[in-house]
Amino acid sequence: MKELLSFKHGVHPPENKDITSGIASKRFPFPKEVILPLSQHIGSPAKALVKPGDRVERGDVIAEAAGFISSTVHATAAGSVKSIELWPHPNGTMVPSIRIAVDPSSSQMRRTRMVPRWQDVKEEDLSKEIAKAGIVGLGGAAFPSHVKLCPPKDQPVELLLINGCECEPYLTSDHRVMLEQPEMVYEGIRIALKALGITRCVIGIEANKPDAIEMMRKTKPDDIDVTIQPLKVKYPQGAEKMLIKAVMGREVPSGALPSAIGAMVQNVATAANVAAVFQTGHPLIERIITVTGRGIRKPGNWKIPFGTKLRDVIEHCGGLTEDAEEIVFGGPMMGQGQGNLDVPVLKATGGILILSKEECKRQDIMPCIRCGKCLEACPVFLNPQLMGALAKAERYEELVSDANLNDCMLCGSCSFVCPSNIPLSQWFAMSKTQLRRLPAS
Amino acid sequence: MTDTNVKITASPHVRSADSTIKIMWSVVISLVPVIAASIYFFGPSALLVILASVAGCLLTERLFGSTPGSLADGSAMITGLLLGLTLPPGFPLWMAFLGGGFGMAFGKIIFGGLGQNIFNPALVGRAFLQAAFPVAITTWPAKTQHWWTLQGDNFALPFMSPVVDTATSATPLGNLKFGDDPVVTPMVDLFFGTTGGSLGETSALLILIGGLYLAWRGHLNWHIPLSIFVSAFAVSGLFYALGISQFPPLFMLFSGGMMLGAFYMATDMVTSPVTNKGCWMFGFGIGFLTVVIRIWGGLPEGVMYSILLMNALVPFINRASQPRLFGTSGKKKKKKEDAA
Repeated sequence: MKELLSFKHGVHPPENKDITSGIASKRFPFPKEVILPLSQHIGSPAKALVKPGDRVERGDVIAEAAGFISSTVHATAAGSVKSIELWPHPNGTMVPSIRIAVDPSSSQMRRTRMVPRWQDVKEEDLSKEIAKAGIVGLGGAAFPSHVKLCPPKDQPVELLLINGCECEPYLTSDHRVMLEQPEMVYEGIRIALKALGITRCVIGIEANKPDAIEMMRKTKPDDIDVTIQPLKVKYPQGAEKMLIKAVMGREVPSGALPSAIGAMVQNVATAANVAAVFQTGHPLIERIITVTGRGIRKPGNWKIPFGTKLRDVIEHCGGLTEDAEEIVFGGPMMGQGQGNLDVPVLKATGGILILSKEECKRQDIMPCIRCGKCLEACPVFLNPQLMGALAKAERYEELVSDANLNDCMLCGSCSFVCPSNIPLSQWFAMSKTQLRRLPAS
Repeated sequence: MTDTNVKITASPHVRSADSTIKIMWSVVISLVPVIAASIYFFGPSALLVILASVAGCLLTERLFGSTPGSLADGSAMITGLLLGLTLPPGFPLWMAFLGGGFGMAFGKIIFGGLGQNIFNPALVGRAFLQAAFPVAITTWPAKTQHWWTLQGDNFALPFMSPVVDTATSATPLGNLKFGDDPVVTPMVDLFFGTTGGSLGETSALLILIGGLYLAWRGHLNWHIPLSIFVSAFAVSGLFYALGISQFPPLFMLFSGGMMLGAFYMATDMVTSPVTNKGCWMFGFGIGFLTVVIRIWGGLPEGVMYSILLMNALVPFINRASQPRLFGTSGKKKKKKEDAA
């Protein structure tokens, strides 16, 4: 058999996707309260348009985007604004957030917004509609989608890549999107192709989801030029650069965006949500989230309104097991550890992972024995061994100039393979933070 | 603010099952057949020599090691076993003990312990013994009549010269190089180990099995032994074909310390390069130097000095074999200072 397409290096963490991959997504009940931070992701914080006491309906704009790389915030449930106050954010900081007391008697019907048929919208206006609906990339970084759909004029995009890799272990939300809403994904592809003014699209799916590959093939429409490309199961196959390398065989130049080689990557769930904007007029106010791990009693895939508190999710999923050890927003490789159960679920939350003691065994850090396994793991061919030594010595400038820290995407592959359990990617993340604090020389 | 017992840690939240301690102990396990064979071939003397060298290493690590628990990581054990396997069966025990201690102290602990050393500590120990006791380390007693008879003078008192009253035999390499009647030892004998030599120098087969096991487990970089064999075979084959050397290329691979050195000494992760490209440079250098020393050097064997010499070059090899950054042509990014 021909070897499946992939990239060089990478790692093979245990997949553990079978915990939830077979569970159909269900609607999550509305909580008593939703918390909507004004700054949910990359970009400038949004500007609040409501004040305490205001009545809001589900889907109303409650904060508007401030600047191009920023995103609109919508009420994810009907109710009244309780307050705007500092609230714990999944990234560990306190962020100004709008608290909405959910109206228990409301039918939670979404307020209908008049939207034109996408076929009638001019290419350049499509991204404006998408911005209005608050769509961000649902792959993890939550980069506002309308920005991606307006690539620089001097770098025309030739190929749209739809990312159905879902290479993070445990997570199955993208998998469920492909199984449950394939026609929405295709509709989203049509819209993205029109916005970009191109005709060709490739959907990359890791080979561990044969039912998703089968479903996408079965429902493939004839009116667009789209190829379904099964890919080798390897982490981080779903990273933009790795997906582009696997499908197109080309490397995105160091420091450049995918548009530099004419590619644009969009997650399958993002595509489905773009389609929903034009079909129903509904903004992005909820998404499929995988609640999984051996530390939660009832794992599953849930359509959860943003702003729902972690506490409510855990409670609805049967609670934590006796040996629950870590709670993570995202996957086990790049996800963010959570300690406060009041943090809200946000657009970037693809999964809520509750690991048992057994699953995240911690071992003592040993000295580096220069085995070179991290170099064999790094998908962008860095030297994490050398970088680790520089980070430990706090030689941050050299990390950038001599060891190319800026090319590190913190995928965690080096830390994963290190037999001495050296927290390499943690050190690199810290170094990046330190460098941002240093005055520019 | 936390109201659960959950722990907050940085990503990644899962780790591979591999660990440094597992790697070290699997090396020890893979050496068991080799040790058993040396006892089978040379009798109880073999066991005594290995035990003395291990004792020297463990005691030194325990007394001077940087962390109290460092004995448990298995690295001192490996050094002791490997050093023991490079010694002849009749070697005085006090010398083996001293060699182990010297190797640990000056080959490893003085650099800062595990992961910090430049040279393979077992070979530092052996180099010390070679320099201090050149006669004892090159005396290979002839086979004794009974398996249980001790060989040579294992129990020589410290600082007394060992008395060798039995006849000595030559190793295949020594015979071919310095013997009055040089013959090429048959390949079958070399492969299964029925020849004279140091404890671990004899059975190529068992070392091969142990090495392949480690390579399969991912605990040994197979690029290193392969590159050593390719280069030693090619270089010695060239000289043999030109009539300059009397060593047939296959004999070169299976005689002396080549097998043990290539699979167990050169592959020491701490003292070998970090990239596969670097490992090829490193292995090629070892193979080439070994052949040169064996043909023209004053010693019958050259594996030890080749590895030690290449160990010293590892920092330079690492610098010359950095991986090509993704999305670049491979040339190093120009530093801002240079442009200014």
